[in-house]
Amino acid sequence: MTAESPRHRAWVQLTRHRLARASLIFLALLLVLSLSAPLIADLRGIDPTATDLFRRFEPPSAEHWLGTDDLGRDLFQRLLDGGRVSLLVGLSGAVLSAFLGALIGVLAGYLGGRLDGFLMRLTDGVISLPLLPLLIVLAAIDPRKIGIPAEIAQSETFSLYRIVVIVALTGWTTVARLVRAETLSLKARDFTRAARALGARPGRIMFRHILPNAAGSLVVATTMSVGALILFESTLSFLGLGTQPPAASWGNMLTGAQELLQQAPMLALWPGLLIFLTVIAFNFVGDGLQDALDPRSERR
Amino acid sequence: MSRYLAARAVQTAITLALMSLVVFVLIGLMPGDPIDMMISGDPQMTSEDAARLRAMYGLDKPLLERYVAWAGQALQGNFGYSRSFSQPVLTVLWPRLLNTLLLAGTAFVLATAIALPLGIWAAQRPRSRADYLINLLCFAGISAPPFWLALLLITLFAVFLGWLPAGGMADVRPGTPWATALIDQLRHLALPVVTLTLVQLGAYTRFMRGAMIEILRQDYIRTARAKGATETTVLWRHAFANALAPVLTVLALSFGGLVSGALITETMFAWPGMGKAIYQAILDNDYNLALVGLLMATLATIAGNLAADLAYVWVDPRVSIAGDAA
Repeated sequence: MTAESPRHRAWVQLTRHRLARASLIFLALLLVLSLSAPLIADLRGIDPTATDLFRRFEPPSAEHWLGTDDLGRDLFQRLLDGGRVSLLVGLSGAVLSAFLGALIGVLAGYLGGRLDGFLMRLTDGVISLPLLPLLIVLAAIDPRKIGIPAEIAQSETFSLYRIVVIVALTGWTTVARLVRAETLSLKARDFTRAARALGARPGRIMFRHILPNAAGSLVVATTMSVGALILFESTLSFLGLGTQPPAASWGNMLTGAQELLQQAPMLALWPGLLIFLTVIAFNFVGDGLQDALDPRSERR
Repeated sequence: MSRYLAARAVQTAITLALMSLVVFVLIGLMPGDPIDMMISGDPQMTSEDAARLRAMYGLDKPLLERYVAWAGQALQGNFGYSRSFSQPVLTVLWPRLLNTLLLAGTAFVLATAIALPLGIWAAQRPRSRADYLINLLCFAGISAPPFWLALLLITLFAVFLGWLPAGGMADVRPGTPWATALIDQLRHLALPVVTLTLVQLGAYTRFMRGAMIEILRQDYIRTARAKGATETTVLWRHAFANALAPVLTVLALSFGGLVSGALITETMFAWPGMGKAIYQAILDNDYNLALVGLLMATLATIAGNLAADLAYVWVDPRVSIAGDAA
């Protein structure tokens, strides 16, 4: 093992923090830009949905900062719109799956017994499913056949909600296992026993005493899962089963790109690069949070 | 041991039964049905004809009743025909499963062969620049969308450089010298294998590194060093031997998932594997093929889990199969 000089450790610490900090700045910038996309479009005088078949595949210019796509739409503006979808799906999917996972985990861990056995069997079962093909089936089902009215099913926001629910269905297992393990150890601690001795009901102990103490690892796991969920969303959209055109998402912007590689390689580069940077940024933030919140990890 | 395996077999059967029910219902909820497809091929069909056809194929019955009928046949070994291939589904799926195993297996071996040494090497020098760089590359591998990675590799090696085929599998005709056939096969394997390897590499390396660092901090490692054991002995006999159990578990688990996880890579490179067949079957409303394909993929994952558990017992003498750890 190499010796660690203080300066050396400081250098690595600094860069590590710098990475998490740079990631946070990048994500904040992305969030602000993509949320204010309509405003930016107004200021630039560009309609992101307007097609112009006379001006396809234009190179970057003062008017079209990153050029135009195969239908003559402004690429920069569409990237911002796509970013809104990716961030929205990733963040809300992660929050939803953290909620679901925390609930299942704390119930299984605290109440134990048969419920624990059942819930953990369920978790193991979901983990052993062939996730990607199953997600594709889920994304392909016709909402009208499960009794959702046609006008809702065909609205643009519905495909968004559906994808959030679908990605959340995959994300909760990790959180559930984590929270269950934390609950098992917190359940035996003195403060929980004291609360029980004072006559607190199980619900109060679970949600006021145990979950807040598991918040640290919950936050880390949720942050890490945002990246994975964004990858899932973009994959489904790329396959044509997620966000539906004309709405832009980074995944569906890449759908046609494979055929246009010779003509316009940049169309394949930008959306993928943004997915990559966003996902890696969330992972770096998660890693930094883990270092900051868990005294046992890495600081050795 | 045999009791344990019997219990696992029962569990597997229950999982498969539940899975088949869920998938059957989900597929039934997809838009359109096979009759719609048939009608589109024959403009003279009236809606009465369509209704008669539906009745003939039993598609007018409720989903659950259809499931019971399907399950009855499946239990007798009849998994039905694939509509788009006009062949029994098992005849369609079997060669594709082998293709997937070839692709996923090669990528898995390659990723493991790189990740384990790399992870150990990084664990020996935690927080060094090299460790930091490896960590960065691992994060890059974990964060890259597989389909985009495939797109980049195709752009670079197939479109611009023209070194490798952009997709498909070697077309081996009888009479081709085996060396030519082998080279052709390897050339077709190269890009999909690289994609799938890069996708897994980061996670494996990080896991190996984490397990190793955890163990190198243990007291018995210090004891081993104190008693004068050489660094090689400490690293391999004391540390690696103990880090292996959890790592093997994770590897076996992820190999099970790889069979279905290769779907994207197979689709991108037109590799005729299971994942691509399942995806295509879902798009084409080929119910039987999608259903049986998904069940086979589930079975693969379960087999991976079982292998993981058995591997744990095999490398860690403290764990016994009955669960009564010493």
